[in-house]
Amino acid sequence: MTNLFNYIERESPVHRLTGATKFICLVLWTFAAMSSYDPRLLGLMGLLSVVLFRLSKITVKDVSFLLGFTVVFMVMNNVLVFLFSPQHGVSLYGTKHELFKIAGNYVVTSEQLFYHLNLVLKYIATIPIVIIFVSTTNPSEFAASLNKIGVKYSVAYSVALALRYIPDIQREYHSISQAQQARGIELSKKEPLFRRLKNASSILIPLILGGMDRIETVSNAMELRGFGKNKKRTWYMARPFGKADYAAMTVTGLLFAAAFVLNAMNGGRFFNPFI
Amino acid sequence: MRKLSVKTIVAIAIGAALFFVLGRYVAIPSPVPNTTICIQYGLLAFMAAVYGPVAGLLIGFIGHFFIDFSWGWGVWYSWVIASAFFGGAMGLLTRKTALDEGVFAKKDMVTFVVGTVVAHLLAWAVVAPVLDILIYAEPANKVFLQGLVSAASNIVTTLILGLILCYAYAAAKPKAGSLNKE
Repeated sequence: MTNLFNYIERESPVHRLTGATKFICLVLWTFAAMSSYDPRLLGLMGLLSVVLFRLSKITVKDVSFLLGFTVVFMVMNNVLVFLFSPQHGVSLYGTKHELFKIAGNYVVTSEQLFYHLNLVLKYIATIPIVIIFVSTTNPSEFAASLNKIGVKYSVAYSVALALRYIPDIQREYHSISQAQQARGIELSKKEPLFRRLKNASSILIPLILGGMDRIETVSNAMELRGFGKNKKRTWYMARPFGKADYAAMTVTGLLFAAAFVLNAMNGGRFFNPFI
Repeated sequence: MRKLSVKTIVAIAIGAALFFVLGRYVAIPSPVPNTTICIQYGLLAFMAAVYGPVAGLLIGFIGHFFIDFSWGWGVWYSWVIASAFFGGAMGLLTRKTALDEGVFAKKDMVTFVVGTVVAHLLAWAVVAPVLDILIYAEPANKVFLQGLVSAASNIVTTLILGLILCYAYAAAKPKAGSLNKE
């Protein structure tokens, strides 16, 4: 369970923040980084996120797999953007400074490079924050914190329940899959694609129909215990806000506001150094 | 929003858990390198047909959020919303289907197929790329091509798995009035 979402238990200022705070900060932070194409703000946020990463006592080694994966994803995305529209920067910024020519339409312009710089900065500004959130937030506390920030408790409870049942369903999937493999059902590349899909369904049907039975059992048990009778409920994992929580929310709130102020100042989401 | 019944709440939870396990661990290798076939949408379509649009919407949202979250690369909001949209749309389009009573007639099958095609096309070729452009300001032709490719592959897998599930589930449910007085 603790390993599922890469939660790493450690003693650090970031771990001590409540789940609700971290969630609010994550949402504000990612929205700010998403909306702005101003390298000054993105650079500042990137710097801050690296500092926070150090503060959280998560080491690069802990998350090297995640990091490697995201870097590949980032590179691929940038390459795809360039392949599909090498003049995207020109159409965004309205000027054209050619640097050198590759072939045909593929002319490298400073506008395009500037656009890619923004894209890369966006990743640097958000990825450490997401990794911090994933590795320092206890999943059960996360579900409890959803209710605290105004999500209806029935929905928050669904999230908590889903987290509770993911390991069970995983285990069930493994036993069904092993039982079916013992009967000679092949899922690897040895089979042609269509057969593979068909074979997969011989595992999925029992798994999903079993899940439907489980819905029946669990909802009966909850109904018997009077779930949903009261308007509010308390959470075992909920914690009250402290000073650090308010400080963290204020700082992210300011960054979020800065993104909007800059968007207004730049007359749009793009900071344009070319005119 | 109407108050959710306990059964819907549990269905959302278990549905999201199944969606997560299918999407995260059950990877069927496809002929194209580095891509796997997403089979979780067959489940989502089926759950939406049984438990309705609200359940479909939330299963798509929570399940996809967990998948992105567990990879740790950050939540790609536009695609999460597209998943939620697909679940909700599927629930709305199939709301006349009475799978819970063990009925899955030819008419329901046609609704399911048409619903899947329409909902997937809207979700991946309209909602996801438009949000990609709005949120991430990516070039239009790249995101629309990505969207069309995933819509096509999702339609195929959803239809195969979703229809098998609907038939199996309907056959396992006792039909209303199936008992005769002797």
